[in-house]
Amino acid sequence: MSRPARAGAPADWRDGLPPGRDGYSFAFLDAGAKREIRRRILKAVAIPGCQVPFGSREMPIARGWGTGGLQLTLALIGPEDVLKVIDQGADDSVNAVSIRRFVQRVTGVRTTTDTPAATLIQTRHRIPEEPLRPHQILVFQVPIPEPLRLVEPSEKETRRMHAEADYSRMWLYLYEDIVTYGEITIGARYPVLVNRRHLMDPSPIPRWDVERLDRNPALMLFCAGREKRIYALPPHTLVEPLQFEDVPFRVESFAGRRCRRCGSARSFLDEAIDEATGRRSYACSDAAFCEKVRKAGGRTAPEPEEGGP
Amino acid sequence: MTLPPPIVQVRGLTRRFGTGCPACPELTGPAAETNQCPRCRSVTACREVSFELHSGEVLGIVGESGSGKSTVVRLLHFDLAPTAGEYRLNLNGAAAAGLPWLEPGQNLFELGPHQRRQLRNRLMGIVYQNPLLGLRLKVTAGGNIAERLLMAGWRRVERMRERAADLLARTEVPVERMDELPRHFSGGMQQRVQIAKALSTDPAVLLLDEVTTGLDVSVQARVLDLIRSLQRELQIATIVVSHDLGVIRMLTTRTLVMRYGGIVEQGLSDQILEDPQHPYTQLLVNSTL
Amino acid sequence: MLTVEKLEKQFVSHVLNGKEILGFSPVSFSVPQATALGLSGPSGTGKSSVLKCIYRTYVASAGTIRYHSGAGDWVDLTLLPENELLRLRRAEMGYVAQFLSVLPRVSAVDTVAEPLLADGVPREEARDRARRLLARLGIERSLHDAYPATFSGGEKQRVNLARAVIRPPRLLLLDEPTASLDPGSLQVVLDLLLELKAAGTTLVAIFHDRSIMDRLMDAVYRMPEKGGETGQLATRTSSHET
Ligand SMILES: Nc1ncnc2c1ncn2[C@@H]1O[C@H](COP(=O)(O)OP(=O)(O)O)[C@@H](O)[C@H]1O
Ligand SMILES: [Mg+2]
Ligand SMILES: [Zn+2]
Ligand SMILES: [Zn+2]
Repeated sequence: MSRPARAGAPADWRDGLPPGRDGYSFAFLDAGAKREIRRRILKAVAIPGCQVPFGSREMPIARGWGTGGLQLTLALIGPEDVLKVIDQGADDSVNAVSIRRFVQRVTGVRTTTDTPAATLIQTRHRIPEEPLRPHQILVFQVPIPEPLRLVEPSEKETRRMHAEADYSRMWLYLYEDIVTYGEITIGARYPVLVNRRHLMDPSPIPRWDVERLDRNPALMLFCAGREKRIYALPPHTLVEPLQFEDVPFRVESFAGRRCRRCGSARSFLDEAIDEATGRRSYACSDAAFCEKVRKAGGRTAPEPEEGGP
Repeated sequence: MTLPPPIVQVRGLTRRFGTGCPACPELTGPAAETNQCPRCRSVTACREVSFELHSGEVLGIVGESGSGKSTVVRLLHFDLAPTAGEYRLNLNGAAAAGLPWLEPGQNLFELGPHQRRQLRNRLMGIVYQNPLLGLRLKVTAGGNIAERLLMAGWRRVERMRERAADLLARTEVPVERMDELPRHFSGGMQQRVQIAKALSTDPAVLLLDEVTTGLDVSVQARVLDLIRSLQRELQIATIVVSHDLGVIRMLTTRTLVMRYGGIVEQGLSDQILEDPQHPYTQLLVNSTL
Repeated sequence: MLTVEKLEKQFVSHVLNGKEILGFSPVSFSVPQATALGLSGPSGTGKSSVLKCIYRTYVASAGTIRYHSGAGDWVDLTLLPENELLRLRRAEMGYVAQFLSVLPRVSAVDTVAEPLLADGVPREEARDRARRLLARLGIERSLHDAYPATFSGGEKQRVNLARAVIRPPRLLLLDEPTASLDPGSLQVVLDLLLELKAAGTTLVAIFHDRSIMDRLMDAVYRMPEKGGETGQLATRTSSHET
């Protein structure tokens, strides 16, 4: 991965040497582990959307709390990187904070909440609202990497389906959804077809973010720690949600609602219910974006990417 | 007289269950009066089965339970892999259109799994005795049909629903039950949904494996009538497997008689029924009279 | 157009430990196109079996059945591959069996129309022609849409005959198709068969009724006695030609 920011970095940082200040190797993982993960990433990038197995390591955080994403971050990060970590759009959730602190401790890199300022972003369940740029890397934490698990329990069979690009069972699931519920009920984890070839689980991002995967200029990497799988979307990869010709894919609609904090009507909103009054209110799921808009007075805001209804 | 080549050509079709030993061929089959090798205990479910199926023809396979009929059909549907044998299809232009990689005269058993799957979906329809094998009971009747259409690349919900409704109407399943789960259907109706599903991609070959076995007599009659009328209308080359000579008489023009995995006799169906040559066929015919 | 030579039929019953039952002693005859040959002989001499051998419902034990097909070549019906024989049956052979069998749950009109449908005649036209033929054979209109399984013997026979001739065959095999007919229907059937013959159909037939034999047949083959001497072919002057 050649990023201009790293052009001047010492040649040997890639191998995780020399040891960091506290006696750990740089970025916690040993050189062998990093080398393996990077090789797997290269393979994943070479076959966009295709799951590549890797030897997942024990991490000093519990599995299911982003160990996959963390391993990618640690394998990729260099001293020059600027890290952002979000959990469902928030930089300050316990989870995001502990991952950010940990990486910071074992690398000493700078961290940020500002999307454009980050070079490496680890995320759970969201893509930041502000457009990503080339040379940025977005690392997704993935609970279930296999999009076909929903319709087929057998690993052997799902592997066959991928090999033959036989996704009829997934299509059938969508068909059944439409005839039983009148619409496709999948919210998060909406299955996408990558380069018209591989079916991919985009991790539990909302539909709102699904369209933003398509031909995104940033490199997107996905990692499931528990299931030991890595997959990737190189910059500008074609990503299409599965959709019937006569039943188009739709993103969440907020029907004219605005963020109660910054007033934005063009970002993905979380719903909150006031326990006392029972009233519903809405606020940006991307906290850093919201803050930025608010500081700018709600008008001269950084424009969120197109993608809203 | 030059007739068009047969649609299906099967040569030396053999399927053994078990490790097998050099003595198997000699110690099993109609002559040995068993399909299980006394030496290695392997079962040769079908052996050296050869036949042809012609365009529009209905071929019967009759024989007692365990004689290998279903094995033959499942081999032809690629549900099972053969131990030996050749399997060829001669398709007309329309049927071959979606399968550009299919060479004329190709032994289909040599194709890769992906190609076999495509071939099966495009060109073959099967109806099993057990609806569990042919239907997803937790998927709507319409969805069962849609699955094959989806596999063939259909991507419009409305068009698939029209096709499913049309097929269900033809197979006498009330169209308003299209969005119900076949789990709640009667046995006869499940068989009709299976038939609709089998016909969904206009197959070149239809395989019917004991489709009426286990149904009530009146329901049997309705399903047989349905198959007959579809046969008249669509003229699909069909293989009908049954242990019931009545079914063979009603549906087929030519019949293979199987025993212990081998074909002991083949002929025109009326000849098999009225002038059986092989001792086993005679026994079969006499015991039903 | 049909030459039967030294045709023999032996049934081997394996159920009865290989017991051999003689179907008929060697049979030889020849039938020119557009003529009718009657088979005669006492019950049990194998007349029906000869017809079944020609139609290949029975497998001949010896001899040849050479047939000059519509395509213009001579074929041996005892050796012809099954699918070619089936094609001949569909395209140019008709057979009316002695014992009545009808398709279950198929109406009379559809039973008769089926060969036309198989030929690609549009459904309505086929049914129309079937109704006209049934009517001509004296089957009441009210019966056309009923199942022949419920018909009387004579009605079933006429339905079967109608089905066999709705598309005039080149070779028509008849096994006592008039056994249960009243004199009126008999005359109608006879007229129909004479018409077919005049139009080119070749007939090989078994009739109980001597008067039909006299009026329809151009020749009569007398079956050999079982295990006995050869049969005899007698050509006659057809009464309708004079
Ligand atoms: N399918 C058969 N199996 C065994 N014997 C048969 C069969 N068909 C006819 N036969 C025997 O062949 C002989 C001739 O019968 P058949 O052809 O019906 O004579 P016909 O029509 O002259 O009365 C009889 O002895 C009959 O029992
Ligand atoms: Mg007789
Ligand atoms: Zn906001
Ligand atoms: Zn053996």
